[in-house]
Amino acid sequence: MIRLLHRWPGLLALALITILALSGAALSVFPATERLAAPQSEVGLTVATLADRIQAVYPGVEQIRRSPSGRITAYWFDQGTPGTAVIDPATGKGVASADPNQTLRWLTNLHRSLFLGDGGRIAMATGALAMLVLSLSGAALVARRTGGWRYWFAPLRGPLAGRLHVEIARIAVTGLVLSSTTALWMTASTFDLLPDGGAPSAFPAKVSGETGFALDQMDGLQQTPVAEFRELSFPYPGDATDVYALKADRGTGYLDQGNGALLAWADLTGWERVSETIYMLHTGQGAATLGLVLGLMALSVPAMGVTGVLVWLAGRRGRPRIRGNQPAGRAETILLVGSENGSTWGFAATLRAALTEAGQSVHVGPMSGFAPEHYAKAERIIVLAATYGDGAAPASAKGFLDRLSALDLVPAIPLAVLGFGDRSFPAYCAFAKAVVQSAETKGWPKLLPLDMIDRQSPQGFARWGRALGEALGIPLELSHQPVLPKTDTLTLVSRRDYGTEVQAPTALLRFALPRATFWQRMTGAGFARFTAGDLIGVLPEGNTVPRLYSLASGRGDGFIEIVVRKHPDGLASSQLTALDPGDTVTAFLRRNPGFRAGRGRAPLILIGTGTGIGPLAGFVRGNARRRPIHLFFGMRHAGSDFFYGEEFPVWQKEGRVTRLVTAYSRGVRPHYVQDALHSEANQVADLIRNGARVMVCGGRDMASGVADALAEILAPTGLTPAVLKAEGRYVEDVY
Amino acid sequence: MKSLLATLALTTALTLPGLAMARPVTLTTTLNNYGGDGAYLALYVTDASGAYVGSVWMAGGKSKYYEHLSDWYRATGGDTRQVNGITGASVGADRTLEITLDLADALFDAGYSLHIDAAVEDMRDSPNEVAVPLTTAGAGTPVNGHRYIASFAYDM
Repeated sequence: MIRLLHRWPGLLALALITILALSGAALSVFPATERLAAPQSEVGLTVATLADRIQAVYPGVEQIRRSPSGRITAYWFDQGTPGTAVIDPATGKGVASADPNQTLRWLTNLHRSLFLGDGGRIAMATGALAMLVLSLSGAALVARRTGGWRYWFAPLRGPLAGRLHVEIARIAVTGLVLSSTTALWMTASTFDLLPDGGAPSAFPAKVSGETGFALDQMDGLQQTPVAEFRELSFPYPGDATDVYALKADRGTGYLDQGNGALLAWADLTGWERVSETIYMLHTGQGAATLGLVLGLMALSVPAMGVTGVLVWLAGRRGRPRIRGNQPAGRAETILLVGSENGSTWGFAATLRAALTEAGQSVHVGPMSGFAPEHYAKAERIIVLAATYGDGAAPASAKGFLDRLSALDLVPAIPLAVLGFGDRSFPAYCAFAKAVVQSAETKGWPKLLPLDMIDRQSPQGFARWGRALGEALGIPLELSHQPVLPKTDTLTLVSRRDYGTEVQAPTALLRFALPRATFWQRMTGAGFARFTAGDLIGVLPEGNTVPRLYSLASGRGDGFIEIVVRKHPDGLASSQLTALDPGDTVTAFLRRNPGFRAGRGRAPLILIGTGTGIGPLAGFVRGNARRRPIHLFFGMRHAGSDFFYGEEFPVWQKEGRVTRLVTAYSRGVRPHYVQDALHSEANQVADLIRNGARVMVCGGRDMASGVADALAEILAPTGLTPAVLKAEGRYVEDVY
Repeated sequence: MKSLLATLALTTALTLPGLAMARPVTLTTTLNNYGGDGAYLALYVTDASGAYVGSVWMAGGKSKYYEHLSDWYRATGGDTRQVNGITGASVGADRTLEITLDLADALFDAGYSLHIDAAVEDMRDSPNEVAVPLTTAGAGTPVNGHRYIASFAYDM
């Protein structure tokens, strides 16, 4: 719901909001420049003195105005010719032209009405309303994504466009809310929808009938400092019934031209004060710095428009159309999808196609549409559930858990739940787990135990598909192909082989950088920009499902390096480890922003085993700034699989790695990387206490062993791996 | 110069006692190129003593700005009922406002004057830009304004 409230106003009003924001940002500069350019009056100057000075220079003066910037303008007639100037209050003389600035006028008219009069004003107010809706719904989405309002500024993960969108938004949103609410108020005021019009102070019925009282002697003017002054209108020359009209911050009044007496006074109403404050907040007139800040924040709108559209397009691309969907009442298999950005729908489509091919009738729908009473023919319910933020339900699964817990009787149709998530998040598949727990509490029969797919792994999905096929008694081959990015052909330059002695043949493969197109260089797409820890997807020959490998090099190294261990039945690893220099593979780059060393100076604790050392070695190699790095490297045997064994002494001498701790699991006394951590417990705890960042790469079992070891090591400090993960100081890349 | 408004034929809100006869009068107000946004104009009639009698036309729809038409505003207390049904759009620089309405015969050659107050956003307020006695002899003779009005004439 909130997402819809965010998407459609954003897409529909994008052009309008962009015009509003850009013109508003340009306009925000004017109050500040006017403030700088206007000659300011001396402290303590009264309107009496000011008016007297001006009248001495311009005897035909008719009106004096002071703008919130402090600029004083006088209007006079000199022998029937009208004159206007910006006045230096020290002398009463005109110093600059007071003609309206045509650029300012053009921008103002564009900003408030698109040059279209009242229709344009309403259109622009609609734009402001859209901006307000976008800001509020966007804020709610940010809070949901980060796991609550308390985590408003929590670090973000995910694709660049989405991150940029939120990074900009969470700073700019205050300004945008302020600008759009004040805009709506001002429009309402312009159309007389608010009772903020000035109460006309009654024109004095009786005047002295005299003229010529000296301006600088008038009490009312003497008591009004210029800082509070707004406007003084002079009586018509020769008209003894006319009076001086004074406007100040406090209110408006009339002064007798014969004796200087205050004839009438009316204070501003509460509504007028509110409207004036809102006018100031919106235009920055009288609050130039605030105006500039708001203008800067408005500049973020086009950037958010572009990134927002990119996020929307990415979500749309990821969600395939499902053709031939069976009605819920007639389907044997009910497939319920909990997806946030659409990628889980892709998996659902693959599963549906495979099941349909196997002769099943399948209904696919969102989890939020869960309605067991309609599943008349259903023999199984399969839930594919992603997780949003800190374990919340994704967009298409809203209300599922509530509906489930409200059921008196759960369906007797067996249930299988498959979670989708990213293992580097602390709340990995938390929503899928919650669904399973809820179902178990309710006594829902189980078709398959909970399985989880890490980072959309097609292999993981295929493995689960085989398990499902077994449970159903049908052969089920799920080959899910997410929309693949553009691939490049990589040519092997050199290889180094390890591990044959320990039955784990592994190769360090180094490929040449493919030539980047101009467009790639401009946008940083493909292999034009990457760092160690990013992933490459390799498409093995004869198969379309890519395999992901962590990069052990960055663009700056001038080559692409990966560490590949040959798996007995692994198609991609067999092909890769059989490559000779000059051979080629088809591959694409996938960014992995969740696993970056980052720019900080805080020490790094890198923990890796086996091929997991690849990206960690890449961080060390790229550590030109000599950031302290403590590397824990677990291997089988120093003589067989000590990858980068030749480089590490050099890197250590160069200061790229502070400390290298190795652990060997084969031998008389097996020693694992967890044991190495334990033996360095004090130093590790010290480093973490002082802000060090932990990065773990390698097998799943190793990662959980490391997490347990760190939990023990950190126990005296009060820190836990979970806390560090939440702070973004503990990241994992596991497989 | 472009004629902004199609010629309008309306009955004036001017209600004077004992009026029997009226005739169509065309009021033509041409603005100069003063370099600002559209001008608000109040056209109204005063009697021989200078007292407000009634409004003829209001160019400009937002009543919150009427206070800048200071003479008209003072005379009417900003009462928008005075211009109910005889309000049109503001008039842009260099444009012409032409209105035709039935004015009572009794208004002519009897000491009545027609006044125009003008105001432009962020520019000077110009009350009493034009003040012209209503006479049959004066019809068709253009007069100049002070600030925004290049010429004004009434034709019968």
